[in-house]
Amino acid sequence: MLRDAVLWIAEHPGLFLKAVDTHLKLSGAALAIAAALALPLGLALGRFPRAAFAAINAAGALRSVPSLAILALALPFLGIGFAPSLVALVILAVPPILINAVVGTREVDADVVDAARGMGMTALEIALRIEMPLAAPVMFAGLRTAAVQVIAGATLATFIGGGGLGDFIATGIAIMDFSRLLVGAVPIALLAMATELGLSGVERRLFGERRAG
Amino acid sequence: MIRFEGVVKRYPGRERPAVVDLTLSAAEGSITVLIGPSGCGKTTTLRMINRLIEPSAGTVRVGGEDVARVDPVALRRRIGYVIQQVGLFPHMNVADNIATVPRLLGWAPSRIEARVDALLDLVGLEVDAVRRRFPRELSGGQRQRVGVARALAADPPVMLMDEPFGAVDPVMRARLRDEFLGILRGIRKTVVFVTHDIDEAIRMGDRVAILRDGRLVQVDTPAGVLARPADRFVEDFVGADRALKRLSLTSARQAMLAIEGAAGSGGPRLAPETDLREALSRMLAAGRREAEIVDADGRVLGRLTVETVIARASLVGD
Repeated sequence: MLRDAVLWIAEHPGLFLKAVDTHLKLSGAALAIAAALALPLGLALGRFPRAAFAAINAAGALRSVPSLAILALALPFLGIGFAPSLVALVILAVPPILINAVVGTREVDADVVDAARGMGMTALEIALRIEMPLAAPVMFAGLRTAAVQVIAGATLATFIGGGGLGDFIATGIAIMDFSRLLVGAVPIALLAMATELGLSGVERRLFGERRAG
Repeated sequence: MIRFEGVVKRYPGRERPAVVDLTLSAAEGSITVLIGPSGCGKTTTLRMINRLIEPSAGTVRVGGEDVARVDPVALRRRIGYVIQQVGLFPHMNVADNIATVPRLLGWAPSRIEARVDALLDLVGLEVDAVRRRFPRELSGGQRQRVGVARALAADPPVMLMDEPFGAVDPVMRARLRDEFLGILRGIRKTVVFVTHDIDEAIRMGDRVAILRDGRLVQVDTPAGVLARPADRFVEDFVGADRALKRLSLTSARQAMLAIEGAAGSGGPRLAPETDLREALSRMLAAGRREAEIVDADGRVLGRLTVETVIARASLVGD
């Protein structure tokens, strides 16, 4: 079956690559937008214990909603296609990024922040030059979690016409052709694993030294 | 240089104000120590100088200016700030930590580099060895020195220090304290220093301000506080051994008598800088009633007797 799947890809490179392209575009864009929203928000909220607590709880609750449900809920409000899928994936990606951004910021040593403030750094300078670099390892872990979730979640975009590698899985089920199913399933699995391993490696290289201290 | 005029600090939901009707001034170039039991408001008072805490009422002046009218960020860049845990930035090396305020002020890189080297030298650290290290690679004593260097970096006229030598062992603490006093002798700074250790206050302060429950109970020179405690609380606070503590304010050199008869006649040999409290202790330990004061080359400069020391202890006033 796997051999048939590979053959199919070799015979339909255009279709396959387009699906990969859509899948990656959806995932990448969703991750970027979610990061742009959740990182600054998390950084800002980290200073207010009660707001931080509320945000973590809300994000946690959102995380427990199945990805498919989120995508399906986008349908009546936003219709089908790339945009609704993107919105749903952003909603999927925000919780892990936000939670880690809040936790990471709160874990920054209060004495360090006090010293920075006492020395005459503005709030923005403290956020950018002190809190962000110190919270970065935890924030990056959140991004990594979100990335893997989004790549997996993008599989489901097929159900609301978003395209991507999920199309092959859906088609494969519909026409009872399991090699077609594998054309979708295997690359997604590989992508997810590659993302996890790749980002873990980056994380270790960027922050490995610091964790030793 | 620094003046508190009727300053009050109230926190919502707390019945007793943290600071009440505080009127205090610190002269330029002096070291003023704020001391008192836990919760007396000394740290709150210190933090009102650089506006990390805002007073509920009253005025704080630095250099004659009401600090409430000045941009707090600009104010803080002109004031050195050292806290007990130091708060070195863990993601920056020593040089970058020290360079923080000069960089905020826009100094030229070459000027900053020269300044960092000069400061590391000033605080007794080996420049090349330490410059590129990160805080986690330093010992507690080294970290505190870097903290002081960082606060001195932009050469601020005012320094605020909150138990700056508190996070190290007592031996290192005494050493850092004496070294810091040495540094201050060479430069003119107005220092406000918070501590809970009365011995440290007496050693460091030109003036000691004793706080209790948010109120200023007494402010005087160390000798004054020891000789004339304002009330029972201060008496207890400075300790029942205050007469002995007063002895630590005078050096052997200041109290010694001329040599009589042959040198080498009596007792332990003491350096001229030894304070009278230690001198007395050494004489007692040796079972002698006198001591010789000798310089680094061993020449006898004078002598001291237990009677002389006792006479000094009962002197009232400075």
